[in-house]
Amino acid sequence: MPTSFFNKNVSETQIKLKNRIWLYAISFIVLFLLIVPSLVVIPMSFSASQYLEFPPKEWSLRWYENYFFSWKVENGFNDWMSATWTSVKVAILTIFVATPIGTMAAYGLVNGSSRLSKILFPIFISPMMVPIILVAIGLFYFFVQFKLVNTVLGLVLGHSLVAMPLVLIIVFSALKNYDMNQEKVARSLGATRFRAFREITLPQIKFSIVSASLIAFLTSFDEIIISLFVAGGDNSTITRSMFLALRDQIDPTIAAISTILIIVSSGLLILVQLLGNKDKST
Amino acid sequence: MKNTSLNISIENVTKKYDEFYALKDISLDITSGEFMTLLGPSGSGKTTLLMVLAGFTNPDYGSVKFGDEEVILKPPHLRGIGMVFQNYALFPHMTVEQNVGYPQKLRGVSKAEISRTVDEALTTVKLEGLGHRRVDELSGGQRQRVALARAIVFKPKILLMDEPLSALDKKLREEMQIELRQLHDKLNMTTVYVTHDQKEALTMSDRIAVINGGELMQLGSPNEIYEHPQNGFIADFIGESSLLPVKVSKGNVSIGSAKIKVAKQPGKDGDYLLVVRPEKVFLASANKKNDENYFHGELLDSIFQGESQLLVIKLANKLNKEQTLRIRIPNQSVTDKAFPSIGENVTLALKVADSYLVS
Amino acid sequence: MNLISDNVNQKELRRLAAKEGYTFFGLTLPYLVLVIALIAIPVGWLFYLSFIGRDGTLSLENYERMWKSKAYIKIFITTFKISILTTIICAAIGYPLAYFMSQLSKKWANICMVAVLIPFWTSLLVRTYAWLVLLQKKGLVNNILIDAGIISEPLKFVHNTTGTLIGMVHIMLPFLILPLYANMRAIDKDCMKAASSLGATPTRAFWTVFLPLSLPGLLAGLLIVFVLCLGFYVTPAILGGGKVIMAAMKISSNIEMYFNWGAASALGVVLLVVAGIILFIASKLVSVDQLGNR
Repeated sequence: MPTSFFNKNVSETQIKLKNRIWLYAISFIVLFLLIVPSLVVIPMSFSASQYLEFPPKEWSLRWYENYFFSWKVENGFNDWMSATWTSVKVAILTIFVATPIGTMAAYGLVNGSSRLSKILFPIFISPMMVPIILVAIGLFYFFVQFKLVNTVLGLVLGHSLVAMPLVLIIVFSALKNYDMNQEKVARSLGATRFRAFREITLPQIKFSIVSASLIAFLTSFDEIIISLFVAGGDNSTITRSMFLALRDQIDPTIAAISTILIIVSSGLLILVQLLGNKDKST
Repeated sequence: MKNTSLNISIENVTKKYDEFYALKDISLDITSGEFMTLLGPSGSGKTTLLMVLAGFTNPDYGSVKFGDEEVILKPPHLRGIGMVFQNYALFPHMTVEQNVGYPQKLRGVSKAEISRTVDEALTTVKLEGLGHRRVDELSGGQRQRVALARAIVFKPKILLMDEPLSALDKKLREEMQIELRQLHDKLNMTTVYVTHDQKEALTMSDRIAVINGGELMQLGSPNEIYEHPQNGFIADFIGESSLLPVKVSKGNVSIGSAKIKVAKQPGKDGDYLLVVRPEKVFLASANKKNDENYFHGELLDSIFQGESQLLVIKLANKLNKEQTLRIRIPNQSVTDKAFPSIGENVTLALKVADSYLVS
Repeated sequence: MNLISDNVNQKELRRLAAKEGYTFFGLTLPYLVLVIALIAIPVGWLFYLSFIGRDGTLSLENYERMWKSKAYIKIFITTFKISILTTIICAAIGYPLAYFMSQLSKKWANICMVAVLIPFWTSLLVRTYAWLVLLQKKGLVNNILIDAGIISEPLKFVHNTTGTLIGMVHIMLPFLILPLYANMRAIDKDCMKAASSLGATPTRAFWTVFLPLSLPGLLAGLLIVFVLCLGFYVTPAILGGGKVIMAAMKISSNIEMYFNWGAASALGVVLLVVAGIILFIASKLVSVDQLGNR
């Protein structure tokens, strides 16, 4: 068996498995190195020691306690819970800003004049192309003028700016794969444009829209740089607090927070993958 | 199931994309209850015209009237037409019943009435009992019928169809051509049908409008268009004719150096084309007759095509370029002549009455 | 057939067409407004600020400082050095992985893709932190090396260039793999079969057929990674420990510590211009490439 296994053809050009072992080895190593580092944090977060040993010599939940009960601590800087709550609040609001605006824009681009689309599309993608540090300090300066620094509104605007291109791309591609003739048919049968969109198109792209919403949430929740500049004090986000803590001292509580973040992101990601494949295409 | 239908008048409809004319000043009158086919090659503008009738494309100027009412400015959902698209565009997230019932739902019809009319429509297209099925469970032919049922369930006065049969295989297509025509007769709607398949047009239509380059080339019954095409393009597009260059000068018609007689002499001198339909030309018998034109040539190819034999002959006449003539002989021919062999010299005959010139 | 207004219904039809155009444009308007208000205007303002000197008057001192000051030159060199190294390493280990995945069945490829996407969507901070913990003096890597007897003293993997590079490669790798994989997946398998049937050895087929066809995706990935590295802040800040200073960090410190908006803006503008030039070259190269593949 081993010989025939290694003599299997694995490509159109009749390369045998044994000739490709090196490729498989490199690939597995790289995949390993991609996933494992993040995962190592998980067992470490249960380590009792200040130095986060791996494997932990003593198990403890102290860092989790530190995180969940941080609101009891007087020191606002390490109030993880309140920062988490701010992040969640902002992320949810970002969904409600980025998703409708991005979806409408995608629909307008797909159905509007192609000349206009060619001009608008790069403009709409620009938040992803401009170095984020520049966006961040620009927003900071701008918000200072309008007293939006350290406000939830400011954060939502900043995060939506970064999330919208992703929503646009997801919904745009879903609409491109969708047969717009169905809207035409619905209209020929008596439906107004809006009714045709609502009853025919929307149900068929709903999974993409939900995926886009989840991506918007994740983007906002994980957003660091804009939050660093725009948030602060009472309205610090969890990312900002984590960054400052990391830069100044290695607080092991971060390991606990990281574990929770990994679980939440992975969960959302799996949800997105499952939903993304469910949109029906004709 | 008689249904009062409407006539359609199209006047001076023009649509320009930058410098390109998709439709050039097209005017056409479609009689109430007629089956009109818009026939033309790809890019001719036939689909654009259909879309103008439906309201999805707005022309630069022109008028479209349904009956007495000007509809050119009306949005599609208010025009009261039924439409079948090339790829059917069925709603995949709905069942057959829901698809067919959708236009009724839009009109606020009662649930009981929806159910009744949906059943009626499905029966008309021979899909009774399949209402609960999902779209992806149906075959191509079944989907086509659902699209049709959905378009007629609300008894529109006008039915528009954009190459609805092009995705079906040959046998199914030919069956559906007959069925669609029967449906049209039964429901008495004005039908405008778009296709590039000239055989389909000849089979199904009351009248055919040949469209090319955004312009109306010829309007007439299938017979008229086939027997009397008005120009070289139509003669070439319809049927399998050979077109031979002829010169008309001072009352004489000649191919190369040989003189021929034609059914109708054109008034002006100049260059024309002789339309030779493969089924009208035949192997000449020994006797020369007065009412026949003769062509001499060498047999290049003899191709078996099932029900007929196609012979390709290279003409002996000195013409500008080599001209081949195609002749089609049914394989159960009553003539006792054997088919000539390749390389043999043959003489072909064409009745003067069938010798027809176009510009 | 001219634009004479007495053509039937012409005026009304034109109005109808315009209305439709406005409707679709209107749908994109909120997005456009946000982008203009939150990017175009602020960045434009920063551009203006970059020409304001310390004393508040119009001057080029911010830009002059950048090529005169040793500190700035060092920052530029560091930024470019790390960006280029990261990009090259990503390409070197990313290309084989992308190729491997593109040859798998859809099922297995998707499973591997999950392995690529999970780190991609895991918070930047978490990943950076993970490396910080792994690479520290008492961290896992050092412990393994010491236990295996390879070294006797812990090596310094963090708060230097090495740590920064490791972290950045880890973050940037998915950005290279995704467009490259998509491109490879779309390569017609029949091309390789054709090459074989024409007499090419598998290696030759790869170099002459597959590799050229995968170049647009590779190029896209390389450029995305490079541009992202240029402007990167978080990972170098944490893993570099203050010793590795990249452009973004200098921008930040200019504002947070010195309130020198002029200097920060100027550096930001330079970053933007470099990124813009690279993306522009990319857009030209990609279209030429695709033409070449026809």
